[in-house]
Amino acid sequence: MDAILFLLFATLAVGCGINLVVQTHPISSALSLVGVMGSLAVLYLLLGAEFMAAAQMIVYAGAIMVLFVFVIMLLNAGAETRKARSKLALPLGAAGLFALLAILIFSVQALLPRTDPVRFGAFTGGTAKAIGQKLFTEYLLPFEVTSVLILIAILGAVVLARKEI
Amino acid sequence: MPDNFVPTAAEMLRFLPELILIVVGTLIMVLDPLTRHEDKNRLGILAILGLAGAAWGTFVAAQNGGPAFQGMLLVDGFATFFRYLVILVGALTVMASLSYLKRENAEAGEYYALTVFSVVGQCVMVTANELIMIFIGLEISSIATYILAGYLRDDKRNNESALKYFLLGSFATAFLLYGIAWIYGSTGTTNLAEIRRVLASGEGAPSQALLGLSAALMFVGFAFKVSAVPFQSWAPDVYQGAPAPVSGFMSAGPKAAAFAIFLRVYLAAFEPIAAKWQAVVIVSAIATMIVGNFAALLQGNIKRMLAYSSIAHAGYVMVAIAAHNEIGTAAVMFYMASYALMNVGAFAVIAHVARAGEKYVNTDDMAGLGVRQPVTAALLTIFLLSLIGVPLTGGFFGKFYIFKAALDANLIWPTIIGLLNSAVAAYYYLRVIVVMYFREPGESTADLPPLAPGVQAVLWGSALAILVLGIYPSVILDFAGRSANLVK
Repeated sequence: MDAILFLLFATLAVGCGINLVVQTHPISSALSLVGVMGSLAVLYLLLGAEFMAAAQMIVYAGAIMVLFVFVIMLLNAGAETRKARSKLALPLGAAGLFALLAILIFSVQALLPRTDPVRFGAFTGGTAKAIGQKLFTEYLLPFEVTSVLILIAILGAVVLARKEI
Repeated sequence: MPDNFVPTAAEMLRFLPELILIVVGTLIMVLDPLTRHEDKNRLGILAILGLAGAAWGTFVAAQNGGPAFQGMLLVDGFATFFRYLVILVGALTVMASLSYLKRENAEAGEYYALTVFSVVGQCVMVTANELIMIFIGLEISSIATYILAGYLRDDKRNNESALKYFLLGSFATAFLLYGIAWIYGSTGTTNLAEIRRVLASGEGAPSQALLGLSAALMFVGFAFKVSAVPFQSWAPDVYQGAPAPVSGFMSAGPKAAAFAIFLRVYLAAFEPIAAKWQAVVIVSAIATMIVGNFAALLQGNIKRMLAYSSIAHAGYVMVAIAAHNEIGTAAVMFYMASYALMNVGAFAVIAHVARAGEKYVNTDDMAGLGVRQPVTAALLTIFLLSLIGVPLTGGFFGKFYIFKAALDANLIWPTIIGLLNSAVAAYYYLRVIVVMYFREPGESTADLPPLAPGVQAVLWGSALAILVLGIYPSVILDFAGRSANLVK
């Protein structure tokens, strides 16, 4: 089942990735990117990296994509241009979504134990606790030095956006 | 894994230069709004003092050398050498920038803070013994440099430079990161010593194809940062567009740090698969020398010419990396030190002659400099002669040791091509000297203001250092030779 889910979402990620490049309208590209991020989150979950999956959804699909879309809107993306609108799009899309949800529900129902915590794969180091422990012991220095990186990014925004020199 | 993760006092001391610089950089940002516009120069002086403090910190760290923070950092002779070098380059850049910013009416504390933070990133890079630390240091250094390249926001060339550098640089960083991910995937570690151990023992039998691919991906990232062919195309536009002191900085500090991590990753971690990557580095080195030198011949803009020359010099250094022996490492260290000095000096002269808005940046604009400001012209002549590699300058011994290392490693053809290239290079450097001394003085050098004290200090300091390196190379070379042993 893991393999089926992996194939499904890996295909979805690659498909969305290709669509991201092919689309001419920036908003369509941004939405494809959301698709890539979401599929990646599922892949992380399948690997047992729960924290990564949650962070991927909240930070990338949530915060960063909203920012992207905001910037695109602010830069005046213009109205969406529709070419050769297909009548099949809506029913096909609805059916596809329905099928996807059905597969998910089926797999969760059929495969996962009712009482134990939900867990995919054999890897168990992906919990928030395990990552937190690594981050504040072994990887303390990179974690702290990253704050300098963020400080520079803010400083750069101030320098490049200030009113006068 | 140790039970106690609290860093010891010795470990904190090994991180002292970075700590000092981070505090000083933040202090400059805090003091900036409190400083009147006429007094912004003082923040630059504070930055120089901070860098001097960091040099002291480097000395203290070297006294307490060793690994720090669970092997994230490794303070050895190699790291100490490059720490001194990037701190020196940072200080020279700030000195050269004091009068430049005043002239462009763009004085602000942020400039100095960014320079200091960029040096922090380079210090982290050269000390890092771990791919994650290397990546974070590289990003700190690069992002600060992207912003510095576009610092004069209202100048179109600055914008072009910053945007090109940022987009292509991010792309290259993505390749590097991808390579790091693959290396982690195939060896299970990001620590350089551990990677070396796994590669040497063949433990877990990492796939050769995967290893080759990850080494190649990381090569793309490094080759971009050191502007090696085929990833060199950004350098001319970026160096030409950026403010001249920043161009000098980019060609010296970040480049030296990039070569340091290039050496460390390829010689410390990838040494067991050296037979596989050596050919790639050799081909790239030869192409880099040829493209850099022949393109430099065609340039009228002197900043662009120096950008191509910087590409060509990266080619010579890569010959020494391909040699992957201890003499080669020592040669790279010596070469980067003398190259940094001559480039910062040359760009400081260009910034001086260019005048407000960088109007005069063509080789022809140097006409008459020898008559109107003989001292400036003489100092620039020293830098250019050193770039050619004339005896009695640091550049000569740099090239000498690189080719010696290459011959020791039986790299006959790269050495011959390198020597032929040096002859080609002499033409475009000498052309500047000829224009300076033998061309009729034009309007570009008329009413040239005298050298500002900061620029004077930079020029005299680097020129003297280049001559010292050219006459007593052992001053640096002994230290470099002792610390060249990367493989522990």
